Amino acid sequence: MPAIHLTIDGAAVSVEAGATLLQAATSAGIAIPTICYHEACTANGLCRLCVVEVKGARLLQPACIAAAADGMEVTTRSARVERARRTILEMLAASVDLSQAPAIQLQMAGYAAQPDRFPGAEERRPPLIDDNPMYIRDYAKCILCWRCVQVCAEDAQYTFALSFDGRGFESQIGTFFDKAMPESTCVFCGQCVGVCPTNALKPRREWLLEEGKTPDEIMQLTRSERRRRRR
Amino acid sequence: MQIPLEDAAPETTPLRQLLANYAASGRSALLPVLLEAQALYGYITEPVAAEIGRGLGVPLADVHGVIEFYALLYRRPVGRTVVRVCTDPSCALRGADAVLEAACRYAGVELGGMSADGEYSVERSPCLGQCNAGVSVNVTHGRPAQSITYAHVAPDALDDVFAARGRTTGSRYWTYDYVGGDLCIVTPLCGRGQRTNLVEYQAVGGMQALHKALTEMTPADVIAEIKACTLLGRGGAAFPAWLKWDAAAAAPGWPKYFVVNADESEPGTFKDRILLEGDPCRIIEGALIGAYAIGATKIYFYVRGEYPLAIERLHAALAECRAAGYWGENVLGSAFSVEVEVRSGAGAYICGEETALLESIEGKRGFPRVKPPFPVTNGLFGKPTAINNVETLAKVPYIVVHGPAAFRELGTESSTGPKLMCVSGDVVRPGLYEVHFGVTLRTVLEQLAGGVTGDLQAVLLGGAAGSFAVPAQLDVKLTIEDLRAAGLTLGSGAIMVFNTTRDLRDILLRLGRFFAHESCGKCYPCQLGTQRQLELLERVAHAGLLGGDVERLQDVGWTMTDASLCGLGQTAASAVLSAIHHWPALFAAAPGGATPDLKKDV
Repeated sequence: MPAIHLTIDGAAVSVEAGATLLQAATSAGIAIPTICYHEACTANGLCRLCVVEVKGARLLQPACIAAAADGMEVTTRSARVERARRTILEMLAASVDLSQAPAIQLQMAGYAAQPDRFPGAEERRPPLIDDNPMYIRDYAKCILCWRCVQVCAEDAQYTFALSFDGRGFESQIGTFFDKAMPESTCVFCGQCVGVCPTNALKPRREWLLEEGKTPDEIMQLTRSERRRRRR
Repeated sequence: MQIPLEDAAPETTPLRQLLANYAASGRSALLPVLLEAQALYGYITEPVAAEIGRGLGVPLADVHGVIEFYALLYRRPVGRTVVRVCTDPSCALRGADAVLEAACRYAGVELGGMSADGEYSVERSPCLGQCNAGVSVNVTHGRPAQSITYAHVAPDALDDVFAARGRTTGSRYWTYDYVGGDLCIVTPLCGRGQRTNLVEYQAVGGMQALHKALTEMTPADVIAEIKACTLLGRGGAAFPAWLKWDAAAAAPGWPKYFVVNADESEPGTFKDRILLEGDPCRIIEGALIGAYAIGATKIYFYVRGEYPLAIERLHAALAECRAAGYWGENVLGSAFSVEVEVRSGAGAYICGEETALLESIEGKRGFPRVKPPFPVTNGLFGKPTAINNVETLAKVPYIVVHGPAAFRELGTESSTGPKLMCVSGDVVRPGLYEVHFGVTLRTVLEQLAGGVTGDLQAVLLGGAAGSFAVPAQLDVKLTIEDLRAAGLTLGSGAIMVFNTTRDLRDILLRLGRFFAHESCGKCYPCQLGTQRQLELLERVAHAGLLGGDVERLQDVGWTMTDASLCGLGQTAASAVLSAIHHWPALFAAAPGGATPDLKKDV
């Protein structure tokens, strides 16, 4: 029996106690954009793309973690909300390579966000890391959604191979003292690759194919690698 | 490059001893152990980090993440002497850039680099909390490394600074903090250039409040008194202290924790440093009363790592208090028992945010948590926790002894009691001023601080996270409500004064640099916005504005304010937005060029 009654964009919505505003909106067929949110991961409210206006609240509220409450009046698209979403997308596009993140590109189009809004902006462009046979790490495409760190830790695998370098804008996903993955605690479960939304993490064979290697060449390459490892 | 000795094969006996001492604390001991290990070895080498991870049961990747988060922890070689020069606004007015440049020359290094012989590193530091006595320089030196923070440094003082000598009582580098005001409630024993010991504190009535609370009052009585006087938090958010105490006392869960937030790092703010250096017993008494009120069995003092003298004196005062029976088992023969631990920060402004501070005590990166749940129910180690600023707690003994009515008389109806103002910049007497809530900005500047040197251009109220006031606003009353109505903020009580010879664009650039350096990187608006804001402010300061840059600054600022996760991002654009409002001409594309069109907030 739904216990919470609120309005979202003027429509009456009823949800179970404990539901988030994102869940409430989704149940009413109202779409709220998200980037970092993933059903299987603990929501942290990082990307703030899901912010909405709640009547009486001083600041915009992140729908992925804000709890629905009785009598709430929620507006999911206002000038304030759209300005925040557009600016976040523009700042992100100025920092990170989003060329393989079609979902974010669609969101940018939806909010008329200009990818070149910030001329002269510093970009995060670390070199691609190809240090294991299973997947590559191209952190120039990393948007710091934390999903890989979370599934590697308590959200799924309890492997704890990943953490962060630096802080603020200089943050990057990293391993203990920059160790190559095979020297870390990584068990190559692949879950981080599965949840990465921007192809910063990608199966190595997929990447080699994109690099123009033929399947035969890839076979050769990996065979010699296997041999090397056996030695 | 010559490889420093430590790099070869670290001698692990002292590290093993260290880990044995802390092993029972597990992950929570990570920051203290890293700091102590670094003092032994100079920086955290990979084998040392691995040993620490294994000793405390922390995943190695997490050890790495923690080292990387804190500015005072290093995992790559640094000089045996590390010199950090504050270049934030107040020190900048006193010539910080010249000191920094001279320090680099002295050491023969590029900024941020290490000298070829491994002796020296020179870094730019965020505010060191000596805005009243700049230029301030922090030095770590020797093995095990000692940290010293100098005041009044000029380029000709670098021989002393690099040798870490001369910071003794009476020397030119000693901080005789000027403490004044129109009241003397919490500061009578501060600013003497020395610590007030327990006996001296008792001689002026110290610890009577604790006696009274433990013998005549129930915890609920204490909270009722704090409620009756509406003590507002002095850390910046002005949240009623009694609400925290009441909720933490009522919350189910055991044990409960009481945390003292002494991570003062707001540029322009130095009140908590002066309180802890001058009269630590008062803060300890306030914290003990708070712990009694909420039923806490442990108190943590979290003091920023850049305050080595405050940490040393707090330890000394705590030892005296323990010997006198003020903490430990059955305090003063009552049923109340409490333990106290001092924690040092490691270079992170964000850890002044209460939930980031709790994460830091737990041995993690200082990421602020999503609220709710709030610390009063889910605080340190997930347990009910009250966390208060140093100045807030300094008021508590007075309230308990003299009652809420006496306290209320010292302020206005909504902003009760005395307030500490940290005045720095272009005034005759920079210092700490204790005033009635409700005095005007003019009174503080002209009567207490001796007047503005030169002609007043602007006042930055509330620190880097605050906003600018203009000369026409001098008669605003310094209360929470009056300042709010005037579109200003009191924040932590920082008042930075700039005369007409100062280039405010340079000040804005320093604020922008501060926030970009201190953003934790958790939420996108702040992680990306502080960097974009810095880039734009670099163009503002160097007169290279592109068309549309003011609009970009506004959009970035409003987005950070509206959508950031915590108070850091929410206030990171406050000063910039207020500067755009007051002085649009500063943001002209070229000096003297057309004033840009301003967008209206929605």
